[in-house]
Amino acid sequence: MSGADPGRPAIVLRGVSRDFETPGGATYCAVRDVSLAVAPGAFVSIVGPTGCGKSTLLNLVAGLLAPTAGQVEIGGVPLAGLNRRATYMFQQDALLPWKSVLDNVGLGLVFAGRPRDEARQAARAWLDRIGLAPFADRFPAQLSGGMRKRVAMAQNWAMDRDILLMDEPFSALDVHTRQAMETELLTLWTGSSKTVVFVTHDLEEAIALADEVIVISAGPASRVVARHVVPLARPRDLVDIRTMAAFNDLYGTIWASLRGEVLKSREAGQAGGVDA
Amino acid sequence: MPEARGRGRGGAVTLIAWQVGVGAAVLGIWQAAASAGLIDPFFVSRPADIARRVGQWVVSGTIWPHLAVTLEEALLAFVIGVVLGVACGFTLARLPRVSQVLNPYIRLLNALPRVVLAPIFLLWFGLGIWSKVVLGVTLVFFVVFFNTYQGVRDVDRVLVDNARMLGASESDLIRHVFGPSALTWIFSSLHTSIGFAIVGAVVGEYLGASRGIGYVISQAQGTFDTTGVFAGMAVLSIVVVIVGYGVSKLERWLLRWKT
Repeated sequence: MSGADPGRPAIVLRGVSRDFETPGGATYCAVRDVSLAVAPGAFVSIVGPTGCGKSTLLNLVAGLLAPTAGQVEIGGVPLAGLNRRATYMFQQDALLPWKSVLDNVGLGLVFAGRPRDEARQAARAWLDRIGLAPFADRFPAQLSGGMRKRVAMAQNWAMDRDILLMDEPFSALDVHTRQAMETELLTLWTGSSKTVVFVTHDLEEAIALADEVIVISAGPASRVVARHVVPLARPRDLVDIRTMAAFNDLYGTIWASLRGEVLKSREAGQAGGVDA
Repeated sequence: MPEARGRGRGGAVTLIAWQVGVGAAVLGIWQAAASAGLIDPFFVSRPADIARRVGQWVVSGTIWPHLAVTLEEALLAFVIGVVLGVACGFTLARLPRVSQVLNPYIRLLNALPRVVLAPIFLLWFGLGIWSKVVLGVTLVFFVVFFNTYQGVRDVDRVLVDNARMLGASESDLIRHVFGPSALTWIFSSLHTSIGFAIVGAVVGEYLGASRGIGYVISQAQGTFDTTGVFAGMAVLSIVVVIVGYGVSKLERWLLRWKT
Protein backbone atom coordinates (compact mmCIF):
# COMPACT_ATOMS: atom_id res chain seq x y z
CA MET A 1 0.00 0.00 0.00
CA SER A 2 3.01 2.30 0.20
CA GLY A 3 3.08 2.85 -3.54
CA ALA A 4 2.88 6.63 -3.57
CA ASP A 5 2.38 8.02 -7.04
CA PRO A 6 5.02 10.73 -7.39
CA GLY A 7 3.10 12.45 -10.19
CA ARG A 8 0.03 13.65 -8.34
CA PRO A 9 -0.45 15.09 -4.85
CA ALA A 10 -1.33 12.64 -2.09
CA ILE A 11 -3.94 14.98 -0.62
CA VAL A 12 -5.84 17.79 -2.33
CA LEU A 13 -8.41 20.09 -0.72
CA ARG A 14 -10.46 22.10 -3.22
CA GLY A 15 -12.39 25.01 -1.74
CA VAL A 16 -13.30 22.99 1.32
CA SER A 17 -15.66 24.51 3.91
CA ARG A 18 -17.27 22.94 6.91
CA ASP A 19 -20.14 24.33 8.98
CA PHE A 20 -21.47 23.06 12.28
CA GLU A 21 -24.85 23.62 13.78
CA THR A 22 -24.57 25.06 17.26
CA PRO A 23 -26.96 23.87 19.97
CA GLY A 24 -28.75 27.21 19.59
CA GLY A 25 -29.55 26.39 15.97
CA ALA A 26 -27.11 28.90 14.49
CA THR A 27 -24.47 27.89 11.96
CA TYR A 28 -20.84 27.96 12.98
CA CYS A 29 -18.30 27.87 10.19
CA ALA A 30 -15.15 26.07 11.32
CA VAL A 31 -13.13 26.25 8.09
CA ARG A 32 -13.93 28.27 4.99
CA ASP A 33 -12.74 27.78 1.44
CA VAL A 34 -9.49 25.97 2.16
CA SER A 35 -7.50 24.83 -0.84
CA LEU A 36 -4.17 23.09 -0.55
CA ALA A 37 -2.20 20.17 -1.89
CA VAL A 38 0.24 17.89 -0.11
CA ALA A 39 2.89 16.07 -2.13
CA PRO A 40 3.27 12.32 -1.62
CA GLY A 41 5.90 11.46 0.94
CA ALA A 42 5.89 14.96 2.40
CA PHE A 43 5.78 15.78 6.10
CA VAL A 44 3.46 18.75 6.57
CA SER A 45 2.66 20.54 9.81
CA ILE A 46 -0.48 22.57 10.35
CA VAL A 47 -0.27 25.24 13.04
CA GLY A 48 -2.80 27.74 14.26
CA PRO A 49 -4.23 29.20 17.43
CA THR A 50 -6.55 27.18 19.67
CA GLY A 51 -9.99 26.70 18.15
CA CYS A 52 -8.88 27.45 14.61
CA GLY A 53 -10.36 24.37 13.01
CA LYS A 54 -7.10 22.40 12.67
CA SER A 55 -8.76 19.24 13.90
CA THR A 56 -11.74 19.87 11.63
CA LEU A 57 -9.36 20.05 8.70
CA LEU A 58 -7.77 16.75 9.71
CA ASN A 59 -11.17 15.11 10.22
CA LEU A 60 -12.14 16.20 6.72
CA VAL A 61 -9.04 14.54 5.26
CA ALA A 62 -9.75 11.44 7.37
CA GLY A 63 -13.30 11.29 6.07
CA LEU A 64 -14.67 11.38 9.61
CA LEU A 65 -16.38 14.62 8.59
CA ALA A 66 -17.83 15.43 5.18
CA PRO A 67 -17.22 18.93 3.79
CA THR A 68 -20.21 21.27 3.60
CA ALA A 69 -18.75 22.62 0.37
CA GLY A 70 -15.76 21.71 -1.79
CA GLN A 71 -13.99 18.42 -2.25
CA VAL A 72 -11.24 16.33 -0.70
CA GLU A 73 -9.18 14.18 -3.06
CA ILE A 74 -6.88 11.41 -1.97
CA GLY A 75 -4.41 10.21 -4.57
CA GLY A 76 -6.49 11.93 -7.25
CA VAL A 77 -9.73 10.21 -6.24
CA PRO A 78 -12.54 12.20 -4.60
CA LEU A 79 -13.00 11.07 -1.02
CA ALA A 80 -16.37 9.58 -0.12
CA GLY A 81 -16.76 8.10 3.36
CA LEU A 82 -13.75 7.15 5.43
CA ASN A 83 -10.26 7.62 4.07
CA ARG A 84 -9.02 4.05 3.69
CA ARG A 85 -5.51 5.17 2.73
CA ALA A 86 -4.93 7.01 6.00
CA THR A 87 -4.48 6.25 9.68
CA TYR A 88 -5.24 8.79 12.36
CA MET A 89 -3.41 9.35 15.61
CA PHE A 90 -5.61 11.21 18.05
CA GLN A 91 -4.70 13.70 20.72
CA GLN A 92 -6.55 11.68 23.34
CA ASP A 93 -5.83 8.07 24.23
CA ALA A 94 -7.63 5.94 21.69
CA LEU A 95 -6.32 2.49 22.62
CA LEU A 96 -9.00 0.02 23.63
CA PRO A 97 -8.58 -0.26 27.41
CA TRP A 98 -9.84 -3.86 27.47
CA LYS A 99 -7.28 -5.16 25.00
CA SER A 100 -3.68 -5.98 25.74
CA VAL A 101 -0.90 -3.89 24.20
CA LEU A 102 -0.26 -6.68 21.71
CA ASP A 103 -3.89 -6.91 20.60
CA ASN A 104 -4.16 -3.14 20.37
CA VAL A 105 -1.22 -2.95 17.99
CA GLY A 106 -2.65 -5.76 15.86
CA LEU A 107 -6.18 -4.33 15.93
CA GLY A 108 -6.19 -2.86 12.43
CA LEU A 109 -4.80 -6.09 11.00
CA VAL A 110 -7.61 -8.09 12.62
CA PHE A 111 -10.13 -5.62 11.18
CA ALA A 112 -8.49 -6.17 7.78
CA GLY A 113 -9.35 -9.85 8.10
CA ARG A 114 -5.90 -11.21 8.95
CA PRO A 115 -5.97 -14.25 11.26
CA ARG A 116 -5.41 -13.43 14.93
CA ASP A 117 -2.09 -15.30 15.15
CA GLU A 118 -0.73 -13.51 12.13
CA ALA A 119 -1.85 -10.14 13.49
CA ARG A 120 -0.20 -10.93 16.82
CA GLN A 121 3.02 -11.90 15.11
CA ALA A 122 3.10 -8.65 13.16
CA ALA A 123 2.21 -6.71 16.32
CA ARG A 124 5.04 -8.40 18.20
CA ALA A 125 7.51 -7.32 15.52
CA TRP A 126 6.30 -3.73 15.93
CA LEU A 127 6.61 -3.89 19.70
CA ASP A 128 10.19 -5.08 19.26
CA ARG A 129 10.84 -2.16 16.99
CA ILE A 130 9.56 0.45 19.43
CA GLY A 131 11.12 -1.29 22.43
CA LEU A 132 7.89 -2.28 24.17
CA ALA A 133 8.14 -6.05 23.69
CA PRO A 134 8.24 -6.75 27.46
CA PHE A 135 4.89 -4.97 27.85
CA ALA A 136 3.00 -6.99 25.22
CA ASP A 137 0.57 -8.50 27.73
CA ARG A 138 -0.10 -5.35 29.75
CA PHE A 139 -3.29 -3.35 29.47
CA PRO A 140 -3.12 0.33 28.46
CA ALA A 141 -4.09 1.48 31.97
CA GLN A 142 -0.89 -0.14 33.24
CA LEU A 143 1.38 1.94 30.97
CA SER A 144 2.71 5.47 31.24
CA GLY A 145 1.34 8.18 28.97
CA GLY A 146 4.44 8.08 26.78
CA MET A 147 4.26 4.31 26.41
CA ARG A 148 0.61 4.53 25.44
CA LYS A 149 1.53 6.99 22.70
CA ARG A 150 4.17 4.64 21.40
CA VAL A 151 1.65 1.80 21.32
CA ALA A 152 -0.77 4.06 19.43
CA MET A 153 2.01 4.89 16.98
CA ALA A 154 2.77 1.20 16.43
CA GLN A 155 -0.97 0.56 15.99
CA ASN A 156 -1.04 3.14 13.20
CA TRP A 157 2.23 2.15 11.54
CA ALA A 158 1.34 -1.54 11.59
CA MET A 159 -1.44 -0.67 9.13
CA ASP A 160 1.17 0.40 6.57
CA ARG A 161 -1.06 3.02 4.98
CA ASP A 162 0.12 5.83 2.68
CA ILE A 163 -1.04 8.72 4.82
CA LEU A 164 -0.60 9.39 8.53
CA LEU A 165 -2.82 12.01 10.10
CA MET A 166 -1.75 13.18 13.54
CA ASP A 167 -3.75 15.53 15.74
CA GLU A 168 -1.50 17.04 18.43
CA PRO A 169 -0.47 13.49 19.31
CA PHE A 170 2.23 14.46 21.80
CA SER A 171 0.69 17.53 23.41
CA ALA A 172 -0.10 15.75 26.68
CA LEU A 173 3.48 14.54 27.21
CA ASP A 174 6.30 16.13 29.18
CA VAL A 175 9.09 17.82 27.21
CA HIS A 176 11.56 14.94 27.29
CA THR A 177 9.12 12.17 26.45
CA ARG A 178 7.79 14.39 23.75
CA GLN A 179 11.17 14.87 22.12
CA ALA A 180 11.81 11.13 22.29
CA MET A 181 8.48 10.52 20.55
CA GLU A 182 9.22 13.11 17.88
CA THR A 183 12.57 11.48 17.19
CA GLU A 184 10.91 8.08 17.02
CA LEU A 185 8.34 9.42 14.58
CA LEU A 186 11.01 10.89 12.29
CA THR A 187 13.01 7.65 12.41
CA LEU A 188 9.96 5.64 11.36
CA TRP A 189 9.02 8.13 8.67
CA THR A 190 12.46 8.54 7.09
CA GLY A 191 12.60 6.46 3.94
CA SER A 192 9.02 5.22 4.39
CA SER A 193 7.63 7.43 1.56
CA LYS A 194 4.52 8.02 3.69
CA THR A 195 2.71 11.34 3.71
CA VAL A 196 2.30 12.87 7.17
CA VAL A 197 -0.09 15.67 8.15
CA PHE A 198 0.81 16.76 11.66
CA VAL A 199 -1.46 19.19 13.48
CA THR A 200 0.02 21.07 16.41
CA HIS A 201 -0.29 24.37 18.23
CA ASP A 202 3.44 24.29 19.01
CA LEU A 203 5.35 26.14 16.30
CA GLU A 204 8.72 24.74 17.39
CA GLU A 205 7.45 21.19 17.04
CA ALA A 206 5.92 22.02 13.67
CA ILE A 207 9.18 23.39 12.26
CA ALA A 208 11.41 20.72 13.80
CA LEU A 209 9.45 17.89 12.21
CA ALA A 210 8.08 19.13 8.90
CA ASP A 211 9.08 19.86 5.33
CA GLU A 212 6.42 22.53 5.22
CA VAL A 213 4.46 24.51 7.82
CA ILE A 214 0.92 25.62 6.99
CA VAL A 215 -0.47 28.45 9.12
CA ILE A 216 -4.24 28.54 9.71
CA SER A 217 -6.12 31.66 10.77
CA ALA A 218 -8.07 32.06 13.98
CA GLY A 219 -11.63 30.71 13.91
CA PRO A 220 -14.41 30.95 12.99
CA ALA A 221 -14.13 30.50 9.23
CA SER A 222 -10.44 29.56 9.38
CA ARG A 223 -8.43 29.63 6.20
CA VAL A 224 -4.82 29.12 5.15
CA VAL A 225 -2.81 32.23 6.03
CA ALA A 226 0.64 31.21 4.91
CA ARG A 227 2.77 28.26 3.83
CA HIS A 228 6.44 28.10 4.72
CA VAL A 229 8.93 25.58 3.36
CA VAL A 230 11.35 24.35 6.04
CA PRO A 231 14.81 24.33 4.46
CA LEU A 232 16.50 22.36 7.26
CA ALA A 233 18.52 19.32 6.17
CA ARG A 234 17.52 15.77 7.10
CA PRO A 235 18.15 13.68 9.08
CA ARG A 236 17.53 16.18 11.85
CA ASP A 237 18.81 16.07 15.37
CA LEU A 238 15.85 17.28 17.38
CA VAL A 239 17.94 17.92 20.47
CA ASP A 240 20.09 20.57 18.79
CA ILE A 241 17.86 21.80 16.00
CA ARG A 242 16.14 24.40 18.17
CA THR A 243 19.43 26.22 18.67
CA MET A 244 20.28 26.48 14.97
CA ALA A 245 20.24 29.93 13.34
CA ALA A 246 18.18 28.74 10.35
CA PHE A 247 15.60 27.30 12.74
CA ASN A 248 15.29 30.53 14.67
CA ASP A 249 15.11 32.67 11.53
CA LEU A 250 12.26 30.54 10.25
CA TYR A 251 10.59 30.60 13.64
CA GLY A 252 10.68 34.41 13.55
CA THR A 253 9.22 34.52 10.03
CA ILE A 254 6.38 32.11 10.72
CA TRP A 255 5.62 33.61 14.11
CA ALA A 256 5.11 36.95 12.37
CA SER A 257 2.21 35.43 10.40
CA LEU A 258 0.92 33.37 13.32
CA ARG A 259 1.11 36.09 15.97
CA GLY A 260 -1.80 38.12 14.65
CA GLU A 261 -4.01 35.01 14.54
CA VAL A 262 -3.16 34.02 18.07
CA LEU A 263 -4.05 37.51 19.30
CA LYS A 264 -7.33 37.43 17.38
CA SER A 265 -8.19 34.05 18.84
CA ARG A 266 -7.41 35.33 22.33
CA GLU A 267 -9.81 38.24 21.89
CA ALA A 268 -12.46 35.87 20.55
CA GLY A 269 -11.77 33.58 23.50
CA GLN A 270 -12.38 36.40 25.93
CA ALA A 271 -15.62 37.17 24.10
CA GLY A 272 -16.71 33.58 24.59
CA GLY A 273 -15.55 32.08 21.29
CA VAL A 274 -16.22 28.47 20.40
CA ASP A 275 -13.36 26.00 20.58
CA ALA A 276 -13.94 23.72 17.62
CA MET B 1 -18.28 -3.63 49.94
CA PRO B 2 -15.39 -1.59 51.32
CA GLU B 3 -12.04 -3.25 50.88
CA ALA B 4 -9.46 -3.59 53.61
CA ARG B 5 -6.96 -1.09 52.25
CA GLY B 6 -3.27 -1.82 52.58
CA ARG B 7 -3.67 -3.98 55.66
CA GLY B 8 -3.02 -7.19 53.76
CA ARG B 9 -4.21 -10.54 54.99
CA GLY B 10 -4.58 -9.54 58.61
CA GLY B 11 -6.95 -6.72 57.55
CA ALA B 12 -9.05 -9.11 55.50
CA VAL B 13 -9.37 -11.53 58.42
CA THR B 14 -10.35 -8.70 60.77
CA LEU B 15 -12.96 -7.60 58.24
CA ILE B 16 -14.47 -11.08 57.99
CA ALA B 17 -14.50 -11.34 61.78
CA TRP B 18 -16.46 -8.10 61.97
CA GLN B 19 -18.85 -9.19 59.23
CA VAL B 20 -19.57 -12.47 61.03
CA GLY B 21 -19.80 -10.59 64.33
CA VAL B 22 -22.53 -8.23 63.09
CA GLY B 23 -24.62 -11.16 61.83
CA ALA B 24 -24.12 -13.13 65.05
CA ALA B 25 -25.10 -10.09 67.14
CA VAL B 26 -28.32 -9.51 65.22
CA LEU B 27 -29.30 -13.18 65.41
CA GLY B 28 -28.30 -13.32 69.09
CA ILE B 29 -30.45 -10.31 70.00
CA TRP B 30 -33.33 -11.76 68.00
CA GLN B 31 -33.03 -15.13 69.74
CA ALA B 32 -32.70 -13.59 73.21
CA ALA B 33 -35.61 -11.19 72.69
CA ALA B 34 -37.83 -14.02 71.50
CA SER B 35 -36.84 -16.27 74.38
CA ALA B 36 -37.33 -13.48 76.92
CA GLY B 37 -40.79 -12.84 75.54
CA LEU B 38 -39.96 -9.31 74.37
CA ILE B 39 -41.15 -10.24 70.91
CA ASP B 40 -43.70 -12.90 70.06
CA PRO B 41 -42.12 -15.92 68.31
CA PHE B 42 -45.51 -16.57 66.69
CA PHE B 43 -44.93 -13.57 64.46
CA VAL B 44 -41.14 -13.55 64.02
CA SER B 45 -40.08 -17.09 65.01
CA ARG B 46 -36.61 -17.71 66.50
CA PRO B 47 -33.26 -18.02 64.69
CA ALA B 48 -32.61 -21.39 66.33
CA ASP B 49 -35.99 -22.73 65.18
CA ILE B 50 -35.39 -21.42 61.68
CA ALA B 51 -31.94 -23.00 61.53
CA ARG B 52 -33.38 -26.27 62.83
CA ARG B 53 -36.08 -26.18 60.13
CA VAL B 54 -33.57 -25.51 57.36
CA GLY B 55 -31.46 -28.34 58.77
CA GLN B 56 -34.46 -30.71 58.70
CA TRP B 57 -35.23 -29.78 55.11
CA VAL B 58 -31.66 -30.34 54.04
CA VAL B 59 -31.25 -33.63 55.94
CA SER B 60 -34.59 -35.08 54.85
CA GLY B 61 -34.00 -33.77 51.34
CA THR B 62 -37.51 -32.33 50.99
CA ILE B 63 -36.21 -28.87 50.04
CA TRP B 64 -34.08 -29.91 47.06
CA PRO B 65 -36.83 -30.52 44.48
CA HIS B 66 -38.42 -27.17 45.40
CA LEU B 67 -35.10 -25.36 45.24
CA ALA B 68 -34.31 -27.02 41.90
CA VAL B 69 -37.59 -25.80 40.39
CA THR B 70 -37.08 -22.25 41.66
CA LEU B 71 -33.50 -22.17 40.38
CA GLU B 72 -34.55 -23.59 37.02
CA GLU B 73 -37.17 -20.87 36.63
CA ALA B 74 -34.77 -18.18 37.78
CA LEU B 75 -32.00 -19.39 35.49
CA LEU B 76 -34.29 -19.49 32.46
CA ALA B 77 -35.67 -16.03 33.29
CA PHE B 78 -32.15 -14.73 33.77
CA VAL B 79 -30.73 -16.16 30.55
CA ILE B 80 -33.70 -15.16 28.40
CA GLY B 81 -33.90 -11.71 30.03
CA VAL B 82 -30.17 -11.06 29.57
CA VAL B 83 -30.13 -12.23 25.95
CA LEU B 84 -33.19 -10.12 25.05
CA GLY B 85 -31.97 -7.15 27.07
CA VAL B 86 -28.50 -7.16 25.52
CA ALA B 87 -29.86 -7.65 22.00
CA CYS B 88 -32.45 -4.86 22.31
CA GLY B 89 -30.01 -2.59 24.12
CA PHE B 90 -27.44 -2.92 21.34
CA THR B 91 -29.94 -2.55 18.55
CA LEU B 92 -31.62 0.56 19.94
CA ALA B 93 -28.33 2.17 20.93
CA ARG B 94 -27.06 1.79 17.36
CA LEU B 95 -30.36 2.97 15.83
CA PRO B 96 -31.00 6.31 17.58
CA ARG B 97 -34.06 7.12 15.41
CA VAL B 98 -35.85 3.89 16.31
CA SER B 99 -34.91 4.36 19.94
CA GLN B 100 -36.40 7.87 19.95
CA VAL B 101 -39.67 6.55 18.55
CA LEU B 102 -39.90 3.65 20.99
CA ASN B 103 -38.64 5.58 24.02
CA PRO B 104 -42.06 6.51 25.55
CA TYR B 105 -43.34 2.96 25.16
CA ILE B 106 -40.30 1.46 26.81
CA ARG B 107 -40.73 3.87 29.72
CA LEU B 108 -44.40 3.02 29.90
CA LEU B 109 -43.72 -0.72 30.07
CA ASN B 110 -40.96 -0.28 32.60
CA ALA B 111 -43.18 1.87 34.81
CA LEU B 112 -45.66 -0.98 35.08
CA PRO B 113 -45.35 -2.79 38.45
CA ARG B 114 -44.42 -6.25 37.24
CA VAL B 115 -45.97 -8.05 40.19
CA VAL B 116 -49.49 -7.16 39.03
CA LEU B 117 -48.71 -9.01 35.81
CA ALA B 118 -48.21 -12.27 37.70
CA PRO B 119 -51.92 -13.27 37.78
CA ILE B 120 -52.19 -12.52 34.04
CA PHE B 121 -49.15 -14.66 33.29
CA LEU B 122 -50.65 -17.45 35.39
CA LEU B 123 -53.72 -17.22 33.22
CA TRP B 124 -51.73 -17.15 29.98
CA PHE B 125 -48.97 -19.62 30.73
CA GLY B 126 -50.57 -21.89 33.32
CA LEU B 127 -49.38 -23.06 36.73
CA GLY B 128 -46.15 -24.61 35.39
CA ILE B 129 -42.73 -23.00 35.27
CA TRP B 130 -43.31 -20.72 32.26
CA SER B 131 -45.58 -18.23 33.99
CA LYS B 132 -42.76 -17.72 36.53
CA VAL B 133 -40.08 -17.56 33.84
CA VAL B 134 -41.97 -14.88 31.93
CA LEU B 135 -42.50 -12.83 35.07
CA GLY B 136 -38.77 -13.05 35.80
CA VAL B 137 -37.95 -12.09 32.22
CA THR B 138 -40.02 -8.91 32.44
CA LEU B 139 -38.01 -7.94 35.52
CA VAL B 140 -34.55 -8.90 34.25
CA PHE B 141 -35.02 -7.56 30.74
CA PHE B 142 -35.37 -3.89 31.62
CA VAL B 143 -32.43 -3.80 33.99
CA VAL B 144 -30.14 -5.38 31.41
CA PHE B 145 -31.65 -3.42 28.54
CA PHE B 146 -31.11 0.01 30.12
CA ASN B 147 -27.59 -0.85 31.20
CA THR B 148 -26.60 -2.21 27.80
CA TYR B 149 -28.10 0.82 26.08
CA GLN B 150 -26.22 3.15 28.39
CA GLY B 151 -23.02 1.15 28.02
CA VAL B 152 -23.09 1.35 24.24
CA ARG B 153 -23.97 5.05 24.22
CA ASP B 154 -21.31 5.76 26.80
CA VAL B 155 -18.36 4.66 24.64
CA ASP B 156 -15.75 7.36 24.14
CA ARG B 157 -16.16 8.89 20.67
CA VAL B 158 -12.40 8.74 20.09
CA LEU B 159 -12.29 4.96 20.62
CA VAL B 160 -14.96 4.54 17.95
CA ASP B 161 -13.30 6.96 15.51
CA ASN B 162 -9.94 5.30 16.01
CA ALA B 163 -11.36 1.83 15.42
CA ARG B 164 -13.18 3.05 12.32
CA MET B 165 -9.99 4.61 10.96
CA LEU B 166 -8.28 1.27 11.57
CA GLY B 167 -10.88 -0.31 9.30
CA ALA B 168 -13.49 -1.64 11.74
CA SER B 169 -16.83 -2.67 10.26
CA GLU B 170 -20.08 -2.29 12.22
CA SER B 171 -19.79 -5.87 13.47
CA ASP B 172 -16.13 -5.28 14.42
CA LEU B 173 -17.22 -2.22 16.39
CA ILE B 174 -19.82 -4.23 18.29
CA ARG B 175 -17.44 -7.05 19.00
CA HIS B 176 -14.30 -5.11 19.89
CA VAL B 177 -15.53 -1.71 21.05
CA PHE B 178 -19.20 -1.48 22.07
CA GLY B 179 -19.47 -5.00 23.45
CA PRO B 180 -16.60 -4.81 25.93
CA SER B 181 -17.64 -1.30 26.92
CA ALA B 182 -21.22 -2.36 27.54
CA LEU B 183 -19.96 -5.35 29.50
CA THR B 184 -18.93 -3.06 32.35
CA TRP B 185 -22.46 -1.76 32.61
CA ILE B 186 -24.10 -5.13 32.06
CA PHE B 187 -22.02 -6.60 34.85
CA SER B 188 -22.94 -3.89 37.27
CA SER B 189 -26.55 -4.86 36.54
CA LEU B 190 -26.05 -8.63 36.81
CA HIS B 191 -26.21 -8.65 40.60
CA THR B 192 -29.51 -6.82 40.46
CA SER B 193 -30.90 -8.94 37.65
CA ILE B 194 -30.05 -12.24 39.33
CA GLY B 195 -32.01 -11.03 42.34
CA PHE B 196 -34.88 -10.05 40.07
CA ALA B 197 -34.87 -13.43 38.32
CA ILE B 198 -35.32 -15.12 41.69
CA VAL B 199 -37.96 -12.59 42.75
CA GLY B 200 -39.90 -13.36 39.57
CA ALA B 201 -39.74 -17.10 40.22
CA VAL B 202 -40.70 -16.88 43.88
CA VAL B 203 -43.51 -14.35 43.46
CA GLY B 204 -44.93 -16.45 40.62
CA GLU B 205 -44.77 -19.60 42.74
CA TYR B 206 -46.27 -17.79 45.69
CA LEU B 207 -49.32 -16.82 43.67
CA GLY B 208 -49.94 -20.19 42.14
CA ALA B 209 -47.79 -23.28 41.82
CA SER B 210 -47.38 -26.79 43.14
CA ARG B 211 -43.61 -26.72 43.57
CA GLY B 212 -40.82 -24.28 44.34
CA ILE B 213 -39.59 -22.24 47.31
CA GLY B 214 -42.35 -19.68 46.79
CA TYR B 215 -44.85 -22.51 47.08
CA VAL B 216 -43.19 -23.75 50.30
CA ILE B 217 -43.37 -20.23 51.77
CA SER B 218 -46.98 -19.80 50.76
CA GLN B 219 -47.92 -23.20 52.25
CA ALA B 220 -46.18 -22.32 55.52
CA GLN B 221 -47.95 -18.98 55.63
CA GLY B 222 -51.28 -20.72 55.04
CA THR B 223 -50.78 -22.65 58.30
CA PHE B 224 -49.39 -19.64 60.23
CA ASP B 225 -46.04 -21.41 60.32
CA THR B 226 -43.77 -18.36 60.64
CA THR B 227 -40.71 -20.54 61.08
CA GLY B 228 -41.39 -22.14 57.70
CA VAL B 229 -41.74 -18.73 56.04
CA PHE B 230 -38.47 -17.50 57.51
CA ALA B 231 -36.71 -20.77 56.70
CA GLY B 232 -37.78 -20.43 53.06
CA MET B 233 -36.44 -16.89 52.99
CA ALA B 234 -33.18 -18.01 54.57
CA VAL B 235 -32.67 -20.69 51.91
CA LEU B 236 -33.28 -18.12 49.16
CA SER B 237 -30.90 -15.59 50.70
CA ILE B 238 -28.10 -18.13 51.00
CA VAL B 239 -28.53 -19.18 47.38
CA VAL B 240 -28.49 -15.57 46.15
CA VAL B 241 -25.34 -14.79 48.14
CA ILE B 242 -23.55 -17.84 46.70
CA VAL B 243 -24.57 -16.99 43.12
CA GLY B 244 -23.57 -13.35 43.64
CA TYR B 245 -20.15 -14.45 44.82
CA GLY B 246 -19.68 -16.45 41.61
CA VAL B 247 -20.73 -13.46 39.50
CA SER B 248 -18.26 -11.20 41.33
CA LYS B 249 -15.44 -13.63 40.57
CA LEU B 250 -16.37 -13.77 36.89
CA GLU B 251 -16.70 -10.00 36.80
CA ARG B 252 -13.27 -9.48 38.32
CA TRP B 253 -11.73 -11.70 35.65
CA LEU B 254 -13.58 -10.22 32.68
CA LEU B 255 -12.95 -6.64 33.78
CA ARG B 256 -9.35 -7.22 34.79
CA TRP B 257 -8.19 -4.46 32.44
CA LYS B 258 -9.74 -1.89 34.75
CA THR B 259 -6.95 -1.37 37.20
